[in-house]
Amino acid sequence: MTVLTTRDRSDASASPRPRAARRRARLRESLVGWGFAAPNLLLMSLFLFIPIVWAFILSLQETKGFGDPEWVGLDNYATLVSDPVFWQSLLNTVVFTVATVPLELAGGLGLAVLLNSVLPARGLFRTMIVLPMVISGVASGMIAVILFYESNGLVNKILQAIGVDTIAWQSAGTPAMISVIVVAIWLRLGFNMIIYLAGLQSISPELYEAARIDGASRWQQFRSVTVPLVGPSTFFLLIMNVIASFQVFDLIFVMTGGGPGNATSVLVTYAYRNGFQIREQGYGAAIGIVILLITLVFTFIQWKTSRTRDLAE
Amino acid sequence: MAETTTVVQIADAAILGEKGAARVQRRRRWHASGRKGVVWRTLIAAIVSIVVVFPLYWMIVVAFSPRGEVFLPGLRLWPSTLTLENFAKVFERVPVVAWLGNSVVIGVFVTVLTVIVNLLAGYAFARLRFGGRNAVFILALATMMIPVQAIMVAQFKLVSGLGIYGTYWGVILPGAAAAFGIFLARQFFIGIPDEIIEAARIDGAGHLRIFVQVVLPLCKPLIAVLILLTLMGSWNDFAWPLIALKDNELFTLPIGLLYLKNQTSPDYNAIMALALISVLPMVLLFIFFQRYFVQGFARSGIK
Repeated sequence: MTVLTTRDRSDASASPRPRAARRRARLRESLVGWGFAAPNLLLMSLFLFIPIVWAFILSLQETKGFGDPEWVGLDNYATLVSDPVFWQSLLNTVVFTVATVPLELAGGLGLAVLLNSVLPARGLFRTMIVLPMVISGVASGMIAVILFYESNGLVNKILQAIGVDTIAWQSAGTPAMISVIVVAIWLRLGFNMIIYLAGLQSISPELYEAARIDGASRWQQFRSVTVPLVGPSTFFLLIMNVIASFQVFDLIFVMTGGGPGNATSVLVTYAYRNGFQIREQGYGAAIGIVILLITLVFTFIQWKTSRTRDLAE
Repeated sequence: MAETTTVVQIADAAILGEKGAARVQRRRRWHASGRKGVVWRTLIAAIVSIVVVFPLYWMIVVAFSPRGEVFLPGLRLWPSTLTLENFAKVFERVPVVAWLGNSVVIGVFVTVLTVIVNLLAGYAFARLRFGGRNAVFILALATMMIPVQAIMVAQFKLVSGLGIYGTYWGVILPGAAAAFGIFLARQFFIGIPDEIIEAARIDGAGHLRIFVQVVLPLCKPLIAVLILLTLMGSWNDFAWPLIALKDNELFTLPIGLLYLKNQTSPDYNAIMALALISVLPMVLLFIFFQRYFVQGFARSGIK
């Protein structure tokens, strides 16, 4: 690559045919560009693009035990449509996403505003709130299992101590879902806050000054200055949070395993169950393709409808 | 933080030196924002922080408590006696050292590989003109949306077909096929002034040379952020290693944690001891490098 890129200085300036030289330079830059991108593109092609195509092919097959796969066309998809667990998992995925994302965004922004203001020990507070971000989903799930343990877990003990009935975190569907949602928000709040903090710090203080002079209250300043100006952060975080929620796996896998019943089963855990536990690989692949389609459609709609998408431009 | 420099500030700086001026300025802002407000805000921040950190405190409590104590009736927020028996048990029963080593080896390889290929690609997308650049960039970005679970069956077959199922490489190579870093790197490289790169070009440097000797030294915060994020991602990854590894001895720490939980009567004290061992390296790393975090994000255009 070095040979390709090292440009002889006399080449461009002293060439008798500048146009040919320019074309050659452009070609060279093109080659260098592809060369720089190649290692990454190679990895992604091999481990992402090929598997996508392969997943689609698999979703048209049925694999039984060790026998040869059998072509079944769209049968797996037809099965999906009439599979109540699939619909329940889809619904659970949507509920989980709708419950977590707004709270993560609002909480992240609220904390960012709070911890961007004048405050003693601000750095310490920031560190504490961001800390869960570095904890693995599995470790968080394990901690949550202990905290939400039904008989004599700490959460229930605290509820008892303040005179509230204990909650069946493991044996009832809704509490189980709530416990997973709480832990997911706990894990992601810090990331949201950090991105919003970066966003807030790019807002010029003069804007607030001007708003104050115009007599705007704190709340008006927040609504008319802060919220619009962190728009790009919100857009970025919305996409990141929705995708993360849509793909929540380790927390549910560790905390509830999709249960009780299928109360916390989501699309990704259901795909895993079919692909690797029941070993209906074709069916698992079909669920995967559905996950992929929903994710892409969501992102596309977001992209098209957002007015603050300048972050990637 | 963009702060307007006023005459007063310049005067302060002249008299008190820069640190003194900053202190005076902070005190002025403090008074301006009102003491009552500060007290309230501090109180809220403290409560939120304590609630957020509490589960980690509880992990430590359970890890150092005698077996089963936390599940005894009665509200108790600290151990009756501090014990190391849980750690001793973990080391005795499962190959913790091997798991730790696996996590480190996989984490380091994934990180080095990912950061290098992402930086190169980010530079190409930000600074080089080539046919199909935008289409390929959008395609790369789109891969960020692909959940492992959507393609895991196919990925598993692919990795098996390549003969790397159940090996380090089976975890490392798919782990390094990531696009998030390209995006961060591109945003960062776009922000580098043209003049710097032009000057190097006029001096006769090729792109690889410019990249290594001119651009990279300018983006230490970016590299720090990429390293931290990739290492954390790999260290905490669960779904893919769960699929790609089969030998107990080759497990990473998160898979090891699950293994410990899946035993017939799970010993939660031992699980928390292992959880503590598994999260400690990342917590320390983070506390050590956190300043780069906000800085790197802020300067990468994600704001």
